[in-house]
Amino acid sequence: MLISRRNTVAWAMGTVAAMFAVTGALAQDGPIRIGSITTLEGPFATGGQDAYRAMEMAFEAIDYTIGGRQIEWIRESSNATPDVALARARKLIEQDEVDIIIGPLSGAEGIALRDYSRTLEGKTIVNGSSGAADTTLRDPSPNFFRFNTEGTQWMAGLGTYAYEEMGSRHVALVAADYAFPYAQVFGFMHEYCELGGAVTKLWSPLNTTDFSSIIAQFPSDVDAVVLIQGGTDALAFLTQYAEVGGDLPIIGGSITADQTLLSARGPHQSLMEGMVAAGPIADLNEDPNWQDFVARYRERWGSEGFDSPSIHAVNYYTNTIAVIQALEEVGGDLSDNQAAFQAALAAAEFTAPTGANVALDHNRQAISDIFLTRIVNDGGTMRTEAFGRTPNVSQTLGMDQDAFMALGSPSRDNPDCPPAR
Amino acid sequence: MIMMTSRQWLATAAGVVILLSLPLFLPNFWLVNIFGRAMVYGVVALSLTFLAHYGGFVSLAQTMVAGVAGYAVAMMAPTAIPLGPLAMPYFAAIPLALLAATVAGAIVGMIAVNTREIYLLMITLALAVGLSLFAQSNITWFRGYEGIRNIIGPEVMGLPFRTPLVFYYVALGVAVSMFLLVLYVVRTPFGLVLQAIRDSDRRAAAIGYYVGLHRIASFALAGFIAGWGGVLITFYNIGITPSSIGLWATVAVLIMAVIGGLGHPLGAFIGALIYTVMDTFASSIIGHDRFNTLIGLVFLAIVLLSPDGVWGLGKRLSTALGKRPQVNADRETSL
Repeated sequence: MLISRRNTVAWAMGTVAAMFAVTGALAQDGPIRIGSITTLEGPFATGGQDAYRAMEMAFEAIDYTIGGRQIEWIRESSNATPDVALARARKLIEQDEVDIIIGPLSGAEGIALRDYSRTLEGKTIVNGSSGAADTTLRDPSPNFFRFNTEGTQWMAGLGTYAYEEMGSRHVALVAADYAFPYAQVFGFMHEYCELGGAVTKLWSPLNTTDFSSIIAQFPSDVDAVVLIQGGTDALAFLTQYAEVGGDLPIIGGSITADQTLLSARGPHQSLMEGMVAAGPIADLNEDPNWQDFVARYRERWGSEGFDSPSIHAVNYYTNTIAVIQALEEVGGDLSDNQAAFQAALAAAEFTAPTGANVALDHNRQAISDIFLTRIVNDGGTMRTEAFGRTPNVSQTLGMDQDAFMALGSPSRDNPDCPPAR
Repeated sequence: MIMMTSRQWLATAAGVVILLSLPLFLPNFWLVNIFGRAMVYGVVALSLTFLAHYGGFVSLAQTMVAGVAGYAVAMMAPTAIPLGPLAMPYFAAIPLALLAATVAGAIVGMIAVNTREIYLLMITLALAVGLSLFAQSNITWFRGYEGIRNIIGPEVMGLPFRTPLVFYYVALGVAVSMFLLVLYVVRTPFGLVLQAIRDSDRRAAAIGYYVGLHRIASFALAGFIAGWGGVLITFYNIGITPSSIGLWATVAVLIMAVIGGLGHPLGAFIGALIYTVMDTFASSIIGHDRFNTLIGLVFLAIVLLSPDGVWGLGKRLSTALGKRPQVNADRETSL
């Protein structure tokens, strides 16, 4: 009895081991396996779904075939926490034996996957939409590539526009108190302070609903408000500011003018029209690449998708076509620990669906174009419109990396240019 | 479970032998990311099972206490990026992290010492969420939202910690040690008094035992156990972030403990294994859109079929089959 049971166990284990051995052997000359991770759960779920729509378009365009090899796409979902993203990546690499991972979506997940990619050999992780600066700036991994830009880059041109075109000299900065706004504030102040502008910083915790104490702290001589908030926080601020009769021009961050703000109705709309901001995409963009992408997106997804592709769709699409192009260049050859493929990725230069040029720096981080945007009333619907472009913005804002690193990490107190008292 | 019978010792030894020989049969993915992961999270769930079964406290702060150890070892780790001011070798950082978790456990115990049931849940939940939010907003020590990265763990016999066999055997060693520690402690005078207090704290106090001190000590011991889990989880995840100790992680550990069964320390590991397998493979079974539904249904089914988890189910099955008459049934079904 006892012996036969042990035999059964041994047989079962042996069968399982044999199955793994067989699948391992088949993987050598089978299809190219591409895994992907995005967030289909939690706060960014709608963005994650849109990211997969865009990836699907990219793969459909080549009919899931590169160099005669079939592409097998294995999708995973995380909940925007790094531990889960890491668990999914391990499953994709070690169990599903994918060659390439595209993802993840959020900042801390990106850093976790960057660390994991360093422990891998012959595998490549290409970012999805995550935008933490440190993912590529500090301690980069040779196996991690990012073809989208990040929070600091996104503000390129805005500080200069505020100072020179709007004539602003002293702004009140209302920003949420966490890492992403720090990066955005850094990008804005880097230009604005250099030109001679002064900034009074007012931080609020994430999910603030009452901004009255912050509005009350505005110095009397400020000539504009910089609002680095997203979602309901931005809506709450603008509503309250409009209600107290505030009329200073508003300068937004890259996620301020999102759908929460644009589609809501209320007193904030009077302040919103004409709000300038900077970022990697705009709803309305004359560039033919963007016109074409939006048309294809609407045709493919109809009412299932958004009215206009989201930033996550654009970022995942950009990273996916980088992978596809590099694979086509090497004819689907992933031998020699993917050396040829990684070299092709590192040398890739192409045009993103926004019309922006994309190339990589020595840390395998995108150098790309950033758009100045403003909110316009497009036949009763509020949309963002591109009206300017800062070409080839690098992660170090055009500086030498050592000089840029000497500026220190973005934080509440860095950079700083308070008004003279 | 006052004394293990020779039969139980035999079962334990057989279990350990099977686990020791798993690397002969299983690919690395299963070793590290299913069994290894289940064991390190199972240690945290074990600390909760220990408190719940022998002390009568369902504490939601155990993930937070594990996080204290995780953050402590990350702050002191020689490989951290960026390197903290406290950097020291791992052989010093790990014991200090365990000490930190023990102290944190005792502090949770002191705060919660006079509360029961739902109030205990609320207080420990508040502590758990509080530390996570603090870690998220503190840049100087906790590095905020992005957390402390590149905590790869020490080298063991010249091999990196992430080597599958190294990680698996260390996780196994820690899990078995903590499991035996719990079985040992509940037989000591301290453990017996703890169970007496659980059954009737007034009677225990009347006999002359200091009820509050025993409770605090049990939280400290649970903190020590959770601390081991926290250190290994941090190595496994190559770092720690506020979300590692947030609400989601807290609930995950509670689910592991409950579906495994709070009636026996082994339940924590059974639950962690089921959770890990479901979490890893649900999306392969049902697709990436609805896999959370499948996970939820499986957990719901387990709890509906057997309120005392898989352990309780197995126990009732074996009783029903008459293999082992449970004349002297101990307290394993009461919570």
